[in-house]
Amino acid sequence: MERVYFDNSATTRIDTRVLEEMLPFFVHRFGNASSMHYFGREAYDALEVARQRTAKAIGATSREIIFTSGGTESDNLALQGVAFANMEKGKHIITTSFEHHAVLHTCHFLSGQGFRITYLPVSKEGLVDPEDLKKTIDKETILVSVMSANNEIGTIQPIRELAAIAHEGGALFHSDAVQSITKLPLDVAKDNIDLLSISAHKFHGPKGVGALYIRKGVKLRPLVFGGGQERGLRSSTENIPGIVGLGKAMELGMKEMEESVDKMTSLRDRLIEGTLSRVNGCHLNGHRTRRLCNNAHFRFDMVEGEALVLSLDMKGFAVSTGSACSTRSPETSHVLKAIGLRPEEGRGSLRVSLSKFNTTEEVNMFLESIGEIVERLRSMAPRGLGSGET
Amino acid sequence: MGYTRKVMEHFANPKNVGEMKDAHGVGRFGNTVDGDEVVIYIKVKNDFITDVSFKVFGCVAAIASASVFTEMIKGKRLEEAIQITKEDVSRALDGLPSEKIGCSVIAPDALRAAVDDYLKKQGRKK
Repeated sequence: MERVYFDNSATTRIDTRVLEEMLPFFVHRFGNASSMHYFGREAYDALEVARQRTAKAIGATSREIIFTSGGTESDNLALQGVAFANMEKGKHIITTSFEHHAVLHTCHFLSGQGFRITYLPVSKEGLVDPEDLKKTIDKETILVSVMSANNEIGTIQPIRELAAIAHEGGALFHSDAVQSITKLPLDVAKDNIDLLSISAHKFHGPKGVGALYIRKGVKLRPLVFGGGQERGLRSSTENIPGIVGLGKAMELGMKEMEESVDKMTSLRDRLIEGTLSRVNGCHLNGHRTRRLCNNAHFRFDMVEGEALVLSLDMKGFAVSTGSACSTRSPETSHVLKAIGLRPEEGRGSLRVSLSKFNTTEEVNMFLESIGEIVERLRSMAPRGLGSGET
Repeated sequence: MGYTRKVMEHFANPKNVGEMKDAHGVGRFGNTVDGDEVVIYIKVKNDFITDVSFKVFGCVAAIASASVFTEMIKGKRLEEAIQITKEDVSRALDGLPSEKIGCSVIAPDALRAAVDDYLKKQGRKK
């Protein structure tokens, strides 16, 4: 059976050109970047090349890039780092109700530490209203954190506008850009961004490595103390092969972005239009146009998400759902709840996320299968679409 | 989610799916708004289940549980069939993830409703 990977918002296949660049740093160029000898200098040079590549890709300077273990750590460092370093100014943080858990759970933790957290609502299409931010920001606000694009439904936020409002209110602006790097043109200077989270494995780089952009002058308290690497903001021996991979993936992703985005947008639209026209009782979640080029997120009436995902898996398609069933109760993700879906609406949700490696043939194969799979599940149901009343 | 091979077999090819127009007893359990839902149809002769079928809305565990359960109760005496527990169903599937055990109870509960329906129709229960 041919297997088709349509779960690229979860993780992506590493680009072989990235892997080639990483390999020498496991065996031949394995030095510790803090060592003074030749091996150390070699590792340090590679580290700085990756830093330059990463900075250049987002319009930053090298000194503004800190390498981390991934998006989760970057989000934690941004939020906790700013919170604890700026407490004397205020203890109010604004975010949205449908951020990634790396942001939400960090906010919950900070709430327990005496910080006041405001969760902005989103529209049914997943958009934050800048007016809501204007109304919420006050002199105690030290940070606003809004993801540039949602990991589940793909909605793209008006980041530049939100960042400007944050700055007018005297707050810093952080954005979790884990899903949008190499898919959206991001420029930290033009977009007024103070902190930006990056994760390599979402754009054909290795897992376990990420970066945080920190605008020069932003005060941050470290999470990890030790040898003082990364300008004292993130101690730990640097993961040189991973960082090299991140830098290369970033460089390739930005260089080839236009072509990749065009390709993915075309595939995404084919997928959305094809699915909506082939399957009754199917709806698109999120915004029709303001969405990531690689994201299609559906909900199917009278279909259970897990059963749908595993049915597609049996046909060779790797996809994901935003719902879970435990102890017989449907549980809808916080993202789907935030856009106002009831549990019974959210439980038939399906995320199909593409990459530059996907093809028209793969999308066509999916379109040929999806209707039959949905109908099979509905035909088993006691009532509802395709099954008649029982 | 660690489903056993047996669960996946029953999910891929569920046994006894469908509505039974001439059923002697019909039992429904659950609802699609709050969670999974199963309808069990039975035919009975001399208090033995001679035929059974089901319809289900739910997760992989719910579908596989209903499928294996209907296989378990075919040919059984009513009294014996209603004694089958969710643990028995789980064992018949070589186990279910702990958070999915709840999904294995819906078919036995629907059967009890179907047996009640049958007995009422027979005038043996009010």
